Amino acid sequence: MENMKLEEMKDIVLNYVIKEYLDDEEEKITYDTCLISGGYVDSFSMVSLLVFLENKFKIKIPPSKATPEAFDSVNKIVSLVSQYMK
Amino acid sequence: MSNIGSYEERLKNFRWSLAEKELGYKDGEVINIAWYCSDRICLNGNSEKIALYYEGFGGVVKKFTFNDIRLAGNTIGTFLQNLGLKNEDRICLFMDRIPELYLSFLGILKIGAIVQPLFSAFGDESLFVRLENARTRAIITQRKHLFKVRKILDKLPDLEFVIVVDQDKNKPLKSREVLFNIEESSPVENMEIFPTVAESPSVLHYTSGTTGQPKGVKHVHYSLISQYLTAKWVLDLQNDDIYWCTADPGWVTGTSYGIIGPWSLGITQCILDAGFSAQAWYSFIDKYRVTMWYSAPTAIRSLMKVGDEIIKEYNLSSLRQLASVGEPLNAEAVIWSEKNFRMPFLDTFWQTETGAIMISNFPGMKVKPGSMGKPFPGITGVVLDPNTLEPITEPGRIGLIAFKPGWPSMMRSYWNNEKKYQEKFVNGWYLSGDRARIDNEGYFWFVGRDDDVINTGGHLVSPFEVESALLEYPAVGESAVVSKPDEVNMEVVKAFITLKIGFVPGKDLELDIMNFIRKRLSPMAMPQEIEFVEALPKTRSGKIMRRLLHAKEWGEETGDISSLESD
Repeated sequence: MENMKLEEMKDIVLNYVIKEYLDDEEEKITYDTCLISGGYVDSFSMVSLLVFLENKFKIKIPPSKATPEAFDSVNKIVSLVSQYMK
Repeated sequence: MSNIGSYEERLKNFRWSLAEKELGYKDGEVINIAWYCSDRICLNGNSEKIALYYEGFGGVVKKFTFNDIRLAGNTIGTFLQNLGLKNEDRICLFMDRIPELYLSFLGILKIGAIVQPLFSAFGDESLFVRLENARTRAIITQRKHLFKVRKILDKLPDLEFVIVVDQDKNKPLKSREVLFNIEESSPVENMEIFPTVAESPSVLHYTSGTTGQPKGVKHVHYSLISQYLTAKWVLDLQNDDIYWCTADPGWVTGTSYGIIGPWSLGITQCILDAGFSAQAWYSFIDKYRVTMWYSAPTAIRSLMKVGDEIIKEYNLSSLRQLASVGEPLNAEAVIWSEKNFRMPFLDTFWQTETGAIMISNFPGMKVKPGSMGKPFPGITGVVLDPNTLEPITEPGRIGLIAFKPGWPSMMRSYWNNEKKYQEKFVNGWYLSGDRARIDNEGYFWFVGRDDDVINTGGHLVSPFEVESALLEYPAVGESAVVSKPDEVNMEVVKAFITLKIGFVPGKDLELDIMNFIRKRLSPMAMPQEIEFVEALPKTRSGKIMRRLLHAKEWGEETGDISSLESD
């Protein structure tokens, strides 16, 4: 897990977000798409996204760090996750 | 000078006929909310005034004058009539906060049909039970939500039309689906608006109770009288205001004060159809020079968490009035807004069933941070002794919040559920289901719910509904759903679950159950925490003692446990 490349992590998170949170299958999102402020993931659903990240990457993210800002794009999420994988 | 002037003076000789007179309505005449919100404003010489600024995902910006919304209401209404839809048919709105939602609201009312707004984040099961209960004839939705409707369509024989407002013309539609694009339709200049009267049904909002399925709260066109006057006196909407109500019209605030209140007063309002972020919200206020902002405690607490520094990056000097609704506004939030915006958020209290603000802090009245304020003029509000159901006269004693029935926007029934409706009225009082105390100056102070309903971020969630849905998950044996404290949402959903034999608790299972509920019911009904337990506390008769679990979460005394089943 420690050796997982950032690109690989981004794809895992992106695919999960598409699968779980995108209603419109034709909608396209990227690593930089605003997930929270863009309305794709609401604040309640953020909790299940957090559980997914912790399960998948075997980490524990402190509640104070799991903010809407830190979860606002795949890039930001991976940046946060990678801090706790070291 | 505020619209209300002196609260104390307004209490004297108050009559709802004051609003009737201002609106030019006489008892027994035709009253149609959509006409009052669009045609009447145009007839008063404001047809070119902006009614709606809209900003959506990806920076999409649109604006509509009062004449535009009048025409759109006619166009949509005529389209619905041509489909064969008519007065008292239930037509559901299932859309994000896009202009078509607001415009369709007017179109439906113009043909005398009943608007059934539903929150677009609802999952297919939540959608199904509400459409089935109302025997809805048509639903207006977006392409992105179509898959949820398609999933349940076969089980809804009464749902004759699925109207899609943004479907790609090249994409095939399925049985019962109809494409309607307002921008490509010829505007209808004149239409015969259905002559609804005071007691004609207008809006059907669904709300959750402790037990049973959600209840359809039926409102009538006469509710306009309350919504007009409360928007004028509490929100203090004035001619030059730019008003922003952050509520979604899937909930009652989004219709009573996100459509009817402001537009019946001819007020310009703006809509931001995007997720929450402090930057986006402050930037929106700055850009549109918002003067009156009606929001919710959860949003306010989220802004507080981001901090004060960011506020300095925006010009928020246009703000002159702030108000809040949905759940009790804590004193810290009031003090924070006074510090950062030079004025307090005025807390307002009301419910889906009341249709309009009942207890409030008023412009010009002394604000006691943390208090709900005082009853609106014309509203008799008390707290009742839970045992005698008589009004409590001594200050400070906790009782049940109750109102003397008869205000204009009071619900007229629960759809197809007369028994539940009658249960809300006891001893000549409407029981709100909330508890409060009244201080020696007549201010109400919220204490809590009087039932098990969970108020999370201003949304009511029925533990029963969540428990029922949990039982549909293959691994779940039994479940009990309670609230747990939350810094931002006041309280959130927590589920205690026992598993069937052969299933093992774990984080992946927890996630799967969470997502199951989120998609089936809604994101706010999704348990924010799941605790797997060996057994649930039960009475000797086998009833789950939710009260014990609630007390554990809130660090409260468990009370009488003599009926607890022992191992």
